[in-house]
Amino acid sequence: MAASPDALERQDKLQGLGVSRLRKEDARFIRGRGTYVDDIKLPGMLFGSIVRSPYAHARIKSIDKTRALAVPGVVAVLTADDLKPVKLHWMPTLGGDVQAVLADKKVCFQLQEVAMVIASDRYSAADGAELVEVEYEELPAIVDPHQSMAKDAPIIREDIADKDNVGHGKRTHPNHIFTWEAGDKPAVDAVFDKADVVIREEILNPRVHPCPLETCGCVASFDKPTGQLTVYLTSQAPHLVRTVVAMLSGIPESKIRLIGGDIGGGFGNKVPVYPGYVVAIVASIVTGVPIKWIESRIDNISTTGFARDYHGVGELAADKDGRVKALRFTALADHGAFNSHVSATKLPAGLFSICTGSYAIPKAYCRVDAVYTNKAPGGVAYRCSLRVTEAVYLIERMMDVLAQKLGLDKAEIRRRNFVKAEQFPYTTAFGWTLDSGNYHTALDKVLKAVDYDGLRREQAEKRARGELMGIGISTFTEIVGAGPTKVCDILGIGLFDSCDIRVNPTGSAIARLGTMSQGQGHATTYAQIIATELGLPSEEIQIEEGDTDKAPYGAGTWGSRSTPVAGAAAAMAARKIRAKAQKIAAHLLEVGEGDLEWEIDRFKVKGHPSQSKTMKELAMAAHTSNLPAGMEKGLDASEYYDPPNMTFPFGAYVCVVDIDRFTGEPKVRRFYALDDCGTRINPMIIEGQIHGGLTEAFAVAFGQQIPFDEHGNHLGNSLMDYFLPTAVETPHWETDHTVTPSPHHPIGAKGVAESPHVGGIPCFSNAVIDAFAHLGVTHMDMPHTAYRVWQQCKALGVDKR
Amino acid sequence: MATKQAVSMQLNGKVVDVVVEPRELLIHTLRERLGTTGPHIGCETSHCGACTVDLDGMSVKSCTVLTVQCQNSEVLTIEGFEQGGVLHALQECFSEQHGLQCGYCTPGMITRAYRLLKEIPNPTEEEIRYWMAGNLCRCTGYQNIVKAVQFAAKKLATKAA
Repeated sequence: MAASPDALERQDKLQGLGVSRLRKEDARFIRGRGTYVDDIKLPGMLFGSIVRSPYAHARIKSIDKTRALAVPGVVAVLTADDLKPVKLHWMPTLGGDVQAVLADKKVCFQLQEVAMVIASDRYSAADGAELVEVEYEELPAIVDPHQSMAKDAPIIREDIADKDNVGHGKRTHPNHIFTWEAGDKPAVDAVFDKADVVIREEILNPRVHPCPLETCGCVASFDKPTGQLTVYLTSQAPHLVRTVVAMLSGIPESKIRLIGGDIGGGFGNKVPVYPGYVVAIVASIVTGVPIKWIESRIDNISTTGFARDYHGVGELAADKDGRVKALRFTALADHGAFNSHVSATKLPAGLFSICTGSYAIPKAYCRVDAVYTNKAPGGVAYRCSLRVTEAVYLIERMMDVLAQKLGLDKAEIRRRNFVKAEQFPYTTAFGWTLDSGNYHTALDKVLKAVDYDGLRREQAEKRARGELMGIGISTFTEIVGAGPTKVCDILGIGLFDSCDIRVNPTGSAIARLGTMSQGQGHATTYAQIIATELGLPSEEIQIEEGDTDKAPYGAGTWGSRSTPVAGAAAAMAARKIRAKAQKIAAHLLEVGEGDLEWEIDRFKVKGHPSQSKTMKELAMAAHTSNLPAGMEKGLDASEYYDPPNMTFPFGAYVCVVDIDRFTGEPKVRRFYALDDCGTRINPMIIEGQIHGGLTEAFAVAFGQQIPFDEHGNHLGNSLMDYFLPTAVETPHWETDHTVTPSPHHPIGAKGVAESPHVGGIPCFSNAVIDAFAHLGVTHMDMPHTAYRVWQQCKALGVDKR
Repeated sequence: MATKQAVSMQLNGKVVDVVVEPRELLIHTLRERLGTTGPHIGCETSHCGACTVDLDGMSVKSCTVLTVQCQNSEVLTIEGFEQGGVLHALQECFSEQHGLQCGYCTPGMITRAYRLLKEIPNPTEEEIRYWMAGNLCRCTGYQNIVKAVQFAAKKLATKAA
């Protein structure tokens, strides 16, 4: 049906799906009027400053508060002994373990929380923290996870030494957390035994940190007369945190209000519950006044929410034409001193089993062994749905290794192994059902755009001259949108998400969701989804999230789950409203519901298009007495959406890198990213997310790593040492897309923000390593800093003039 | 504690008086005493630039300036950009070009770009990237920030003409 000019104009007015609508959030941010947690100032508020351990592993002999308490302005010093009477010196983690809120008798990682000094302002609090005298007895520390399970290894967690299980199956050593495996090992081993070609590579995903520009923090305010606890908190998942706080404190969940406010970036750093939050809450309960705790940058990088530290081994078995017959991936996971990483209960290694990637691999097996070390806890973070980055890094690297082994082109090896468009929905050897994809088309489009053959010719010429040029390819499949509650829960709570929409009599609306924006532009994009579903202008649809007193329960924003789960909830809630509106329209127009058809913003009588009711008219009608018999007033609906499957966005990336063989300096000349996230809600915002994700991938590939010495001392935990790319280093990004809608999502959308990070990291690494491929190099671990790349040049003797 | 000192400065065109310890940092005075919470704190090592303000015609990181150094100074923060209900071209262009996401770096970015365009009214992309390198952004990858500054430069040139 050709749309009339009138219809097009009405469509345009909605500013709904597919439009690059400018962001509603910007009005406050460009004026400096955001409300981040450190902007909160409450009457009588005190500041908390944390005293931290200088040792990675030590017994606490004594804590002397005297000198700290003498500092003018210092009100209290809290230690584990002070929290004990209220049983809050330990807390449950989102990974099934417990974690010390304040160190109880011993410390297990450097800068672990030992005490909190409460004072009238942040200067006095810092003065006091300097003067808390803690006597330690240093113990030997385990830094290398390969040493954790050694026979004579020091026991890191004496508190659970006698437990043979910390939530994820049997432990075989006091420093063992869990062993998790998936797939059919005997079948895989059998294929390996008979395969034409077998390759093996050790591949590290180093310990990194997402480092959002705003650190973590909170303002806890307990009102003694009413028993109401209000917490302003940098949280990507405020509802889950509220539940944890209720479980911990015994305060009824109805008397706890979490307020997310504006979040200065999250990237997974702001999902867990941290000791600082808990101590601030306890301090407020004890003192009866609001307590603010704001993390410093060094504390942020050192103690909250690191990512990765997966020591992987990849193995592929293939035929001589490069068709992969079986995959065997294992990883040793360094979870630090407490298993506090965020994971679904049934998936302790997260979604690692997405490691078959975009390829039809008939047999697969994977296994993850997680261990304790004397390092900060965490592991799941950084624009990554629960270990997807590690999985995708392994498979995308291994496909290159296989191509090199067989002398095949790195694009061709992928083409030969892709799941074909007609095979979707495709169930992988690990049981994931990839919902939709069109991998060949995406790759071909990218290769054409960058003139891949021309690049390979140029590379051959340069190699002949001794120059180093690398071409990296990554054709990744992501798994986002956790998730189906059958598979995914945290602390028993299913990872559904929610939307509650109320339409006002004059046809504007407010929608509240269980997610939490940290820059993704939810206030803009959710309104677009609802606008298209309801035929009401997005400009008049208000979006609210993050205040647990107002928003319906949801698992928050992480792992690119907002669009797949809460976005679906928004569409479904809107459809409930439209269904009710249709009944009202039929009643008013005196026709059957089946006689009506929906067009943009109204119901029309089929064959009589002049007889119609707009959604705005129906909104008013819903608040009058003239409704079908027995119908409730109002035009509201809620949806708690339990997704039937995850969504599987994918992409094809190409990176061209030039390496100075005398200095090792790698320079990204070109990066072309094609992403397919299904239906596109707001192209401008998608592109912005891709720019950001690629930049974070660039950071990981080329410079980030949290280094330690053998005693567990941090060797680089400030922005002096930890690499955050500036505008100067950051490459120019070229973006492109195809659209393959998700068949199970109400509007066909998939998540997107994670893809560029997950797909980008292997692309950069593949490019750097490709520059050395003709010299027999199959792998180099990240980060590819100039020094490390120069070491490779030197080892190969290509740095000689 | 050292004796507190009185400091008088012009903040966004208005005279303000504060009494502070000599060690108090300008960012804390701005945020906690004067209610200007636009400039943010992202590190404590002068790397991130979230606290950037314009001090006597220079960009400074206000986490590394003592308030007592600001006697009789003129300080411009993001709160001083909108004049009579009219946004500055940089504010408009950051939004129009999607040069911000979480918004945390934005006040510092805009304030730094303001000084850049005062010094170089028509900068190249390379100049913009170099001048903005003291301000970190974790969300945008800078590409749209560069675009925003370019568009603002054009807008300001048109206004001036």
